Amino acid sequence: MKAAALPKLHKWASYYSPVNRWALKVFTRNLFVFRKTWTTNLVFNIVEPLLYLAALGAGLGMLVEDIEGMSYTQFIAPGIIATSAMWAAAAECSYDSFVRMYYQKIYHAIVATPINLEEVVTGELLYGTFKSVLSGTVIMSVVAVLGLVPSPWALLIPVVLVLNGMAFSQLAMIWTGIVPKIDNFAYFFTLVITPMFLFSGVFFPLDVLPQVLQQLAWLLPLYHIVALLRSLTLGLVSIDLLFHVLWLLVFILIIFPLPQYLMHRRLIK
Amino acid sequence: MPVIVEAQNLQKNYNGFPAVAGIDFKIQKGQCFGILGPNGAGKTTVVVMIYCFHPVSGGKLTVFGKDVNNDPRAIKKRLGVVPQENNLDLELSVRENLLIYAGYYGIKKDVAEKRAKELLYFFGLSDKAGHEVDKISGGMKRRLTIARGLIHTPDLLILDEPTTGLDPQSRRLIWEHLRQLKKKGLTLILTTHYLEEATQLCDDLIIMDKGIILEEGKPADLIKKQVGAKIVEIDIEPTHKNSLIASVQNMISGYQLAGNTLYLFIPEDETAVMKILNTSNYADAYQIRPANLEDVFLKLTGRGLSYEEVSGYESSSFAKTS
Repeated sequence: MKAAALPKLHKWASYYSPVNRWALKVFTRNLFVFRKTWTTNLVFNIVEPLLYLAALGAGLGMLVEDIEGMSYTQFIAPGIIATSAMWAAAAECSYDSFVRMYYQKIYHAIVATPINLEEVVTGELLYGTFKSVLSGTVIMSVVAVLGLVPSPWALLIPVVLVLNGMAFSQLAMIWTGIVPKIDNFAYFFTLVITPMFLFSGVFFPLDVLPQVLQQLAWLLPLYHIVALLRSLTLGLVSIDLLFHVLWLLVFILIIFPLPQYLMHRRLIK
Repeated sequence: MPVIVEAQNLQKNYNGFPAVAGIDFKIQKGQCFGILGPNGAGKTTVVVMIYCFHPVSGGKLTVFGKDVNNDPRAIKKRLGVVPQENNLDLELSVRENLLIYAGYYGIKKDVAEKRAKELLYFFGLSDKAGHEVDKISGGMKRRLTIARGLIHTPDLLILDEPTTGLDPQSRRLIWEHLRQLKKKGLTLILTTHYLEEATQLCDDLIIMDKGIILEEGKPADLIKKQVGAKIVEIDIEPTHKNSLIASVQNMISGYQLAGNTLYLFIPEDETAVMKILNTSNYADAYQIRPANLEDVFLKLTGRGLSYEEVSGYESSSFAKTS
């Protein structure tokens, strides 16, 4: 029994073997390029969420009653942090990764060195995660300056953003492994990212929705991120939060081999 | 001489299409080995398998004595690749391109800096070191890509059509660099569809078409064996061809007809043939030139390397009459 089980375990472990020092070299490469382009890169990531916060908080918020004892701006602030981080990861590992893979042939250039394709994909995911955490943390800092992050528990937010970044980098990379043309990412954003943006409890508490939709929202990674971030922002910490963390960890681990597999299928014939 | 690369019945299928249909070859240390053929011959597929990108579908391929299926990382550490399409980091400077690439091999920063400086000097790019790659010329990009392939001092450099799309001057400059690398003892694999390139650089070559090897050997030997020393090109009405051939048949080793041009293969001396041509009514105009690889290729495949089918093509070899 044991002899049969071992190779199987070994096979499973091999799915995660690209998380290694070679993948880190790919991450370092992207970071090096980022150091040259970060100004334009970050400005866009920051301006948009703040526009949302201004329009919805200061504008729409005037018409909305307090939710669960919070002002509307206070209610949406954690969600804005989460979604800006989500967009950063999703954009990095879709459009930007596609440009590197398809147009610039950077993946081909790297795979000609001792690094293999799975490690390239992993390095890209790490970089998507990095950009996501950076983006979310910057927004969090701005929101904190506006007085919308009352609790010191918020210092744990960047840790949650790592899970967020990894989850959305993977989802985006799955599409990068599939789409024939760069235009096809529109489907990913319209069918996956935008619904997540709207129905994960960022803009309204989900208990106003029919029961079925509430249950469906549980399937969305962003729902768990928003729940975590809102609690940490307000200091409403309980053991329940670990459940959301667990959900995200399991999601990340299950999805992880998929972008590797799809990219391999796409490039290696 | 140690063998660096060995292929035995090497095969590659893409979705059932045989891109490489069972070929054998050996590449020795210090050689410049050419893979010659038109687009679609399978040249790139062969080198891509050597640098362990696509797996082999059948047969055996060893590089540095290691099977490409078993130990790609160890193989890739020791070879450099110059792919057909430039895939440089466009956002980075010339020098940074080399340093980042050195990082993939785990080369220490100070060693990489030194090596990058030497390579930029060797390839005449020193004064471009700080320029963005996007802003340098096509020939310079090509040289930078070759420099990048050498950053880890490999034992084998693979060049996939290194001069395609370059102007003649840039092409010659690259040939000069490759010649110098060869002199230093580096083993080179070169795919090309430029016959001059193959003739100038390759010690040994295979001519491929449709996934198989048509011929192999040293360029000069191949020309001598397949065509002879010289070629007489004659403008002729195809209807007159047979009578002309009949009159020179025992002086030539073969001929081929492409459109209205008849090529006569002259084994060594053309004097006898010229005598006949000068008195012939059929030959409108003619010229004599040394035979080259293009003649070999045309003879072997019935088409030019530019991949156009030659209309009205026919070819024939005669048994040598002594």
